[in-house]
Amino acid sequence: MNWKTFYALLARDGHVARRNLLAMLLQNLLQPLLLTFVFGRILTSSGMMQAGYKSVLLPGVMAISMVLSGVQAVAMPLITEFQFTREIEDRLLAPIEIGWLAVEKIAAGMVQALVAGLVVIPAAWLTMGSGVHLSFHPLEFAVVCLLVALFSSAGGLALGCSVGQTQIGLMFSLVLAPMMMFGCAYYPWSFLHNFPVLQYAVLVNPLVYASEGLRGTLTDAPHINTFVVIGALVAINALLLVVGLKKFHQKAVN
Amino acid sequence: MGIGIRIDNLRKVYDTPPPSAARGGGFSFTGQRAAGSKEKKKKFEVVAIDGISLTMGAGEVFGLLGPNGAGKSTTIGVLTTRIRPTSGRAFIGDYDVWQEQVKAKRLIGVVPQRPNLDFALTAREVLLFHGAYFGQSARERERRSGELLEKFHLSERADDMVRNFSGGMMQRISIARAMMHDPEVLFLDEPSAGLDPQTRLMLWEIVRGYNQQGKTIVLTTHYMDEADTLCDRVAIIDHGRIISQGTPTELKASIPGGYLLRLRFSQAPEALVAELRKLPGVTEVRSTGETGVDVYADRGGPLIAPIVNAAQALDAELHDVHIAEPSLETLFLHHTGRSLRD
Repeated sequence: MNWKTFYALLARDGHVARRNLLAMLLQNLLQPLLLTFVFGRILTSSGMMQAGYKSVLLPGVMAISMVLSGVQAVAMPLITEFQFTREIEDRLLAPIEIGWLAVEKIAAGMVQALVAGLVVIPAAWLTMGSGVHLSFHPLEFAVVCLLVALFSSAGGLALGCSVGQTQIGLMFSLVLAPMMMFGCAYYPWSFLHNFPVLQYAVLVNPLVYASEGLRGTLTDAPHINTFVVIGALVAINALLLVVGLKKFHQKAVN
Repeated sequence: MGIGIRIDNLRKVYDTPPPSAARGGGFSFTGQRAAGSKEKKKKFEVVAIDGISLTMGAGEVFGLLGPNGAGKSTTIGVLTTRIRPTSGRAFIGDYDVWQEQVKAKRLIGVVPQRPNLDFALTAREVLLFHGAYFGQSARERERRSGELLEKFHLSERADDMVRNFSGGMMQRISIARAMMHDPEVLFLDEPSAGLDPQTRLMLWEIVRGYNQQGKTIVLTTHYMDEADTLCDRVAIIDHGRIISQGTPTELKASIPGGYLLRLRFSQAPEALVAELRKLPGVTEVRSTGETGVDVYADRGGPLIAPIVNAAQALDAELHDVHIAEPSLETLFLHHTGRSLRD
């Protein structure tokens, strides 16, 4: 392991991210802000939704925001860099095992996912106004946040190495859209009890654990047991890491 | 001092269609065949390198010469750790490029066939980050990037994003990047493709200068003059095999006669070929189709009159003549029956 090179690779991603900071912030913040404003402010203040919905929504929006930004931070550049321009080649030729480049991508993606998630809390709080009841479990919250960040960037790695540039639109509509809708971000998992088949089917969706995990460690809304969530996220992350690294190697070397 | 390269019986067979453009390196569609025709699904197989063994000396400028798809870029790809060999081994210095990739990567700089610059960066940043990947100190990176930008006439555009550069500028910054960490071996894959003549001369100067510091240079080209003027030794590759290797002078000397006269007649019967063989100075005559004949001889122009006479005697008319002086081009033709540009 060559730390100097690893650090330089991270510095490069940090530099590029800083250059696109404004665009990145807008991209990460706008959607959660709109969501929380419409669902958390308009619908609750008009009486269509109960005020308690705010506490359900905040962790869900945070989960979506983390997952989307992590996936995008890793997958989108990878898709471009592995295209015919082969922009990644210079880094593949850096004196470090190429697997570490994938690890570096994951680390950089995790940072972006964490930033995106943590920015959402104050932003959503401001948009929704009063009425969010937090019940904060710092240690579990930190563990869940890290696992969700890892899930998003490892998922980004696996997706980014499996999808071509022409399939980006398809990736959003076929993978990310259903994932968000059935990810228990807008409702707790237990509310699906009227749809028993669906309730168990959505358990394959990693976003369910992200939403429920944040819900459990951040608020007092109903949620899946946090230890179950942590176990599931660890398993999903392990799987995504193995798949992502394997795909990365396949893409990187002919 | 200096690092040599050894290739032992290297083979590369692609079993899936390589993502053509994505590779950056070329590959050969030669030798394509369906293995196991009894299988329901035809198996894709492309032999890009077919048992190449080579030694490139330390401090040498070595040229791989061949037409598109001959296996040059795949060879470079294997030597630069970017393509996994199917069998055989390759060494940069003492390091097996596949087994000891990181050590091998420290020794090499690579200029790809098509610029693969990091489009998210400026020209200066491309160099600075490249230096950082190789563990150079901040001061060293600043100094070296400044020197290289100056040398490649890019100082004025140093802080512009490389994605806005012209093709020639991208090529220049690619070469500067490859030299940034002062590698012992520099690989250039078709370095002068797409360069204007002036930049091409500049490139040659830079390659020579770098070589004079004791560095090994490996370049691929399909330009004869480039191989001829720049390379200490040349290997001619076709269909993934080495046809011939040696110094440009040795190679040229190995062509029978030296001169090649490519002739085209209204008709070229066997009798005419036989007549041409009898002409003074002619060492070899080959029929190339209905009307074409290739004549290898120790002279060029002086043979035209006797050829015209011989043709007239047999009622054939000479339509076209091309005289090639002794060159690697004629050598390639001699071995393959095809021109390099075919």
